[in-house]
Amino acid sequence: MEMKHKLPGVKDMPAEEFGNNDYLLRMAEELNRDGAGIVLGTMDELINWGRSNSLWSLTFGTSCCAIEFMALGAARYDMARFGFEVTRNSPRQADMIMVLGTITWRMAPVLKRLYDQMAEPKYVIAVGGCTISGGPFRGSYHVVEGIDKIVPVDVYIPGCPPRPEAFFYGMMQLQRKIKMERFLGGRNRKEKESENAKSDGE
Amino acid sequence: MMEMEEKIKQWCPAGGLRVEESGERVLVVMADDLENVCRRLHDDTEEPMDYLRDLVGVDNGPETGTLSVFYQLESARTGRRLMLRCDTRGRDAEGALLPTVSGIWHTAEIKEREAWDLLGIRFVGHPDMRRLYLRENWNGHPLRKDYDMNSNVLDLEAETNADVTEEFDLMADGTLRGHENVVFNPDDFVVNIGPQHPSTHGVLRMRTALDGEMVKKIDPVLGYIHRGIEKMNERLTYPQTLALTDRLDYLSAHQNRHALCMCIEQAAGIEVSRRVQFIRTIMDELQRIDSHLLFYSCLAMDMGALTPFFYGFREREMILDIFEETTGGRLIQNYNVIGGVQADIHPGFVSSVKKFITHLRGIIHEYHEIFTGNVIARTRLQGVGVLSREDAISLGATGGTGRASGWANDVRKHHPYALYGEVDFREIVYTEGDSFARYMVRMDEIMESCHIIEQLIDNIPEGEFRVKVRPVLKLPEGVYTASVEASRGEFGVFLVSRGDKVPYRLHYRSTGLPLVHAMDTVCRGGKIADLIAIGGTLDFVIPDIDR
Repeated sequence: MEMKHKLPGVKDMPAEEFGNNDYLLRMAEELNRDGAGIVLGTMDELINWGRSNSLWSLTFGTSCCAIEFMALGAARYDMARFGFEVTRNSPRQADMIMVLGTITWRMAPVLKRLYDQMAEPKYVIAVGGCTISGGPFRGSYHVVEGIDKIVPVDVYIPGCPPRPEAFFYGMMQLQRKIKMERFLGGRNRKEKESENAKSDGE
Repeated sequence: MMEMEEKIKQWCPAGGLRVEESGERVLVVMADDLENVCRRLHDDTEEPMDYLRDLVGVDNGPETGTLSVFYQLESARTGRRLMLRCDTRGRDAEGALLPTVSGIWHTAEIKEREAWDLLGIRFVGHPDMRRLYLRENWNGHPLRKDYDMNSNVLDLEAETNADVTEEFDLMADGTLRGHENVVFNPDDFVVNIGPQHPSTHGVLRMRTALDGEMVKKIDPVLGYIHRGIEKMNERLTYPQTLALTDRLDYLSAHQNRHALCMCIEQAAGIEVSRRVQFIRTIMDELQRIDSHLLFYSCLAMDMGALTPFFYGFREREMILDIFEETTGGRLIQNYNVIGGVQADIHPGFVSSVKKFITHLRGIIHEYHEIFTGNVIARTRLQGVGVLSREDAISLGATGGTGRASGWANDVRKHHPYALYGEVDFREIVYTEGDSFARYMVRMDEIMESCHIIEQLIDNIPEGEFRVKVRPVLKLPEGVYTASVEASRGEFGVFLVSRGDKVPYRLHYRSTGLPLVHAMDTVCRGGKIADLIAIGGTLDFVIPDIDR
């Protein structure tokens, strides 16, 4: 069966605009015909496919939502199906931080520090009402009203606590976000830097 | 009760004894007599008041110029309960003083620190007057009525913890003199565990001094999930306060809320129907099974065994399904309300509960086969982390922890509420006091809970599931309390009403605070490798401690 391959495109430039693509396509066709199955694509797609399906999270469970997160790890919901099952206890080994539960003023510096210790690229998921806005504890003297005041948040999962299905939906949104990124090429990196510079300046 | 009060009167040469009775009966003792009265109550030969249930500070408002501390006592021998109150002379640094009772009941060590932190009451002679929940550089005391909510700003600098602490002594001429006590010596090897550690069951932080691999001292640092619930309560109407109880100890969500509902109903004179009592009792027991299954899973996982985790969660999901059917929530159910429950039970409730109990009885042997009998588990649990009965009582370590040390403290048995006076069940008591006994208490309690549910499930009477209660409720002036046996100990509600639609002070007795406090006693002299397993068997939930 002949394999239908995708045209090798670069995000901002359609494949047709490359003048010399045809020789690549011819070569691929020839190789496929001779039995050496190859696919053409961009490195970004391959890397993002890998990254988005093996998201290792730093567990940061402070209260109720953490128990629901444990339920995700058990057999019924089984987050291993999506590649989320590896949780790390060291920020150096984690791709993302799932903030599960209320962040208080005493905890805030700890969260900030752990976030700073994580290696780029890193993502933050805010789980539950408390992390989004302070939730039921809004107005208290010791509760951070939304962790986005401390660290940038990629995905918000509302609920008190969110249902396991909501967890999955939120994490799949993060996968989607990662799949849209360009790992190579530097443009995203530049954007990140300017974003950071902006938040530092505030 | 009368002869008790007569006795106490004789022990009060300085100021005599005043009895106040609006709501609960409160004996008001003068500060000068407090130490003497407490000591004699504790050492009484017939009825020693050896268990300090709770120590609660209350601000009487700037206009009165005083602060109060309530001492809730109980005799472990007879179960008699007693409440003392003692007022400070003033509210400023010189006036807000009370003598410490930490030398009489160990649990006061940590509870007096809480009162100092949140209310600014200094306890004279207390060896360790540090803040408990808030940062050392915090301004003011939040539970004071005149606390300015804007007096602090969010500080993102990493905090440092002092290795010394203060003690205050009252000199003969009435002046106060402070001196420093040492928490950790400069040559102590201190290992920091937490607050973000996977095996501390939440955000507990322990500064642990080691001598080789032996634990020399543990200093728990709390407050990483201090959400200020008690201050928030003072702005919420009574039905609104209910919402926060589920989020204290989320594995005792039903029981916590049950206690608060009971307290408010008792104060407002609301009688709930028998149907409600049945539903509440069954839900409490299902919650207990849920919590103990999670305890089993987590303990095994803390000790490095992964399969039991899947076993525990397999059965736990069945309970969550039952909860969800009726209440709409899995973990946080918001089910009990003042005057009844939120919604009637689901038509399939009875059959699914019965199915679950049959299933659990048939499968529990798997739990014991994989873990209880395991030689590694036994070696790591048996004879490790022994807590004596005296220490358990003095530390106020209730629940399964106390019962594993031979202290029969089950509130369901000794102060029955709901339907616990009518059902037949065994109070599980072990005498070894080690980690294994604490583990076995919980495993046996799962079966007792099944037994309780089986007696009730077929006999749920017809009736209203909720009596009509006005949405804005005003409680008569007074002090009200209620306590229940939550999944991991005695959960208490302490309510002061001034006749408003919001509580004047609403305090919860944390089940976990005494357990965390007990870590130092239990682990001292043991190996650091056992620390996590001991913590697992003490079974605390941190949001309930920090409140």
